[in-house]
Amino acid sequence: MKEWPLWEVFIRSKNGQYHKHVGSVHATDAQMAIEHARDTYTRRNEGVSIWVVPSKYITASDPEDEDMLFEPAKDKVYRHPTFYKLPDDVKNI
Amino acid sequence: MGQRLCEWTGVAPELEIDLALCNIALDHLGQANAWYEYLVEIYPQPTDVDQLAFCRDEHQYYNITLVELPNGDFAQTIAKMALFSIFNYYLHDALRQCSDARIAAIAARSYKEIQYHRRYASNWLLRLGDGTDISHKRMQKALDIVWDHAFEAFTPSPADRIMHQQGIAPDLEQIKALWEDEVHQLLHKATLSIPDTGFTGYRAKSDGVHTEHMGYLLAEMQYMQRRYPNLQW
Repeated sequence: MKEWPLWEVFIRSKNGQYHKHVGSVHATDAQMAIEHARDTYTRRNEGVSIWVVPSKYITASDPEDEDMLFEPAKDKVYRHPTFYKLPDDVKNI
Repeated sequence: MGQRLCEWTGVAPELEIDLALCNIALDHLGQANAWYEYLVEIYPQPTDVDQLAFCRDEHQYYNITLVELPNGDFAQTIAKMALFSIFNYYLHDALRQCSDARIAAIAARSYKEIQYHRRYASNWLLRLGDGTDISHKRMQKALDIVWDHAFEAFTPSPADRIMHQQGIAPDLEQIKALWEDEVHQLLHKATLSIPDTGFTGYRAKSDGVHTEHMGYLLAEMQYMQRRYPNLQW
């Protein structure tokens, strides 16, 4: 039974612009983690760029804090740019 | 090689290794398929890919003995893969410049897959060789077992000579030099000793004379096709 650390894998697809989290792999080091991620998560041409991060370096928000962290943003409509009218000539926003 | 690597399905040391070996096995099968499809087009008698792949007798196969050896433990599988894929890498690199356009195209596509095989196997050889006492012992033992079989790749068969004369195949002596250079450096870095070269008279490639393992491999590989000819899924 090997105790290989867990790594989180992020892949950027061909047409996308940011790396998305797709899952995790076990590996002994960063090189192997990239290879395992390539073997596991790019079999069906899912991406062109791989990031791997040891899982221990990911800090996640506590689900118990959900209300405290995210509720307040729900009813602050003035923070959204909904009342700005885009001029017709402006593209790609 | 693809047939042997498939034997690791479900029983590899780690889940990710299982996936990697299966992927590599599929690469080999895909490459073989590409070569067979070309062969069928230029073959003097009408035939098809399945017939050539699955229905020949043992002496009609001309693979080198290295790829028919049993997997043994993971170290032995890696030893086979490393020695083979380094050879395969230089071979396909040269074949990309082949005067035959179809061969060059197949080689160009295979080359990218083989680059990965070479990296994968070499990295594992390094980790196992320069690893723990147990992994080092197993890796050295694996190398000692498969070493002699690798040299068959560089001994030209009559077919090799004809292809070289026609400018299709590269000079195997050159491939051998590149292979030895890389393998020696790799073994040195992995703190492994280069095994003594013993028997170099394997002639599966030239005469279809195989090791005792080939029969069992073919029995498993050919069973379905021979038992249910023209089987369709």
